[in-house]
Amino acid sequence: MKTVAICRYGAGNVRSVELALGRLGAELTDDVANADLAILPGVGSARTAMAGLRERGLDEVLRARTKPILGICLGLQLALESSEEDGGVDGLGIVPGRAVRLRDGRVPRIGWAMVGDDVYWFAHSYVAESPAVTATSEGLAAVVEHGSFTGVQFHPEKSGPAGARFLERCLSRA
Amino acid sequence: MPLPRLIPCLDVADGRVVKGVRFESMRDVGDPVELGAAYSDAGADELVFLDITATLDKRAAAVATAARVAEQVTIPFTFGGGIRTVDDACAVLEAGADKVSVNSAALARPALIEELAATLGSQAVVVAIDTEDGRVRSHSATREAGRDTLEWARECESRGAGELLVTSIDRDGTRNGYDVEQLARIGDAVQLPVIASGGAGNARHVADALAVASAALLASILHEDPARLVSLRAELKELGICLR
Repeated sequence: MKTVAICRYGAGNVRSVELALGRLGAELTDDVANADLAILPGVGSARTAMAGLRERGLDEVLRARTKPILGICLGLQLALESSEEDGGVDGLGIVPGRAVRLRDGRVPRIGWAMVGDDVYWFAHSYVAESPAVTATSEGLAAVVEHGSFTGVQFHPEKSGPAGARFLERCLSRA
Repeated sequence: MPLPRLIPCLDVADGRVVKGVRFESMRDVGDPVELGAAYSDAGADELVFLDITATLDKRAAAVATAARVAEQVTIPFTFGGGIRTVDDACAVLEAGADKVSVNSAALARPALIEELAATLGSQAVVVAIDTEDGRVRSHSATREAGRDTLEWARECESRGAGELLVTSIDRDGTRNGYDVEQLARIGDAVQLPVIASGGAGNARHVADALAVASAALLASILHEDPARLVSLRAELKELGICLR
């Protein structure tokens, strides 16, 4: 059985991520350093989230990890070098690039959109600009992959069966 | 733009889905988890649960329901009704909801929108606006809120709301069609996604709303019957609406 650690660094919706992985039979642990898969979920705003990670020493633990990390939504953006959000915030720097404010269309960008052949649910106002982008949705970064880090802008834990299949693939690769 | 969304709305009281609160005695129509899961299977893009519990401990009731829904439903859902503070909202989100909806509490104290956005992120903050003749009404549309609808919509956006759920009071429950002109005016006034509510009677009405709004809230048109959502989706696709 694969072990999964979900980074907890403040209030927010980690419950859905926990439930989604529980349904896939993963064993949940608090050991972010050594779990087979570490998940960095997205919570609130970039500045508050980075402060929460630092406060708990999770920034160093994540940078030191060589096993897979999955960043979800803001979790992807936090892994970048910086974000435009909140007047400019330094990220973890695990992945090259930065998060920039969405300019076109309705913002926040909320709803289901295609990534390749699958459709996933998005809810975001910022998006990654990075050389590590490996899949896009409507021209916007949907997946970044760099070393052992995979980041997704969408919410697989809220994307029905397609999202469950995505998480299952992450788990089987870990 | 993401695909247009169809969002069934379920009224919840004391942990059960109910209907007929306004004009008839309240009737129990099912379990929120079972009905929510059935709508999800029928192709709902999101769900809205509106807690109309009359008892004082609304927050505990809302949290318990949100937790049960999150265990079974794997699409996003919004919880509204009785959320007055950031703590109320956090409790519902921690239970597994994705967004909260606020209405009268935001009108009474607009800074609540900023506090919610700062803590939860704008994408989790829906402001529900009940409107008639270009004016906002509060407290389940029973009171004039003393605000112009377009001005309030812009203020919600500048304070950090993530979506506007706009109900046209004079259309609500009539099944005569959404107030498309008003929805278009609000959509033009803000960059936020707008969820259309009030008046859906047939697929053409929903298609017309989706031409000017990002999503359509579906209440009485569904008769609490997930099978109606399946047929509605098919009819909308016939009308050329691209759905998930």
